[in-house]
This record gives sequence, structure tokens and C-alpha cells, in this order.
Amino acid sequence: MDFINLLSWFCFVSGGLLGIIGGIGLHRFPDFYTRLHAAGTTDTLCAALILLGLALQSGFTLATVKLFFIFAFIFLTSPTASHSLANAAVLGGLKPQLDNSVSK
Amino acid sequence: MLIAVVIAILITIILALVRALMGPTVYDRVAAMNMLGTKTILLIAVFAFLGKRYDLLDIALVYALINFVGIVAVLKLVEQGNLYTSGESVDKAGDK
Repeated sequence: MDFINLLSWFCFVSGGLLGIIGGIGLHRFPDFYTRLHAAGTTDTLCAALILLGLALQSGFTLATVKLFFIFAFIFLTSPTASHSLANAAVLGGLKPQLDNSVSK
Repeated sequence: MLIAVVIAILITIILALVRALMGPTVYDRVAAMNMLGTKTILLIAVFAFLGKRYDLLDIALVYALINFVGIVAVLKLVEQGNLYTSGESVDKAGDK
């Protein structure tokens, strides 16, 4: 029980840290595509870690099944939303911001 | 210890909300709202465990579905300008 609590703590701390890192990246990066990279890659793992920590807290109950379904939906839809967002931005004509020495 | 997770999620939501308010393009705002929706799902799930009210997990499940459908609908609206035609019919109307 104590070991499971420790593992759950580890999942919560790393998940919350990943969420804050993603938020800082979304806030500070200079370009839309880099911002989307920061948001889209940390989002799925943060959700997965926090849901895993909650599942470890609850044990084998109905709540764990619901948490697994939430995890499955997030795991499928979050990368899809990021991909379709980047696709819409490219089709909408948004150019990525390049370094000056590269573009010249 | 769940309070720490709630505080971390709220800090992330505030950062995403600032980006959604001052984003230069509409895609920045949509990306920020996508992240905010995912964090809202996590917040509802953590609140369900905080108050031992496991019915809230169903609401989190429904919110996960609605969030994805909403993001795709907003992207389609931005890309096409309407929601009642598919992309192909817009192209045919443009050709004629």
C-alpha cells in the first residue's frame, strides 16, 4: 500500500510538472508551430500520468475503468487534434518563423 | 496530495488562458483552448477523487468527447468559413 502511494505520488508530481512545462512553453515560444509542439507533446503524457496516479489511488474499482476510458479517449483524440490544428494552419497559409540566416 | 495536482493544473490553465487571450493568430487561441480543455478533464477527474464523488468521472468522459468535436468544428469553421458544406462542394462551387 505504501509503495503504491509512493508510485502514485511520483505520477502526480511528474504529471503536474509536465503540465506546467507545457504551459510555460505555450506561453513563451516565439512561433505558432513551436507553441503547438510544446502544447501537443506534453498534453498527452501529462494526462496519462495524472490519470495513472488516480487509478493507482482507487485500485480495482469501477472508477479505474472510467479512468481508463478517459485515458483512451485522450490518447486517441489529443494527437489527432494537434495534427488537424497544424494541418489547418498550413492550409490557412501560416508560415513558420525562420531564422534570418537560414531564410537568406 | 491531490491539492498539489489541482494547483499545478490551475497554473497550467492560467498560462494557457493568457496565451488564448493574447495569441496573435486564431490557431494559437485554438491550441490554447485545446490544452485548456484537456486540463479541465483532468481537473474534473481530480475533483472526483478529492470529494469521493466518482460520478463526476462520467462528466469528464463526456467532456473529453465534446472537447475533441468542438476543436474540430472550430477548425472547420476557420478553414471554410461555414459549417454546412463539406470541402469538396465548396471547391465545386468555386469552379463554377
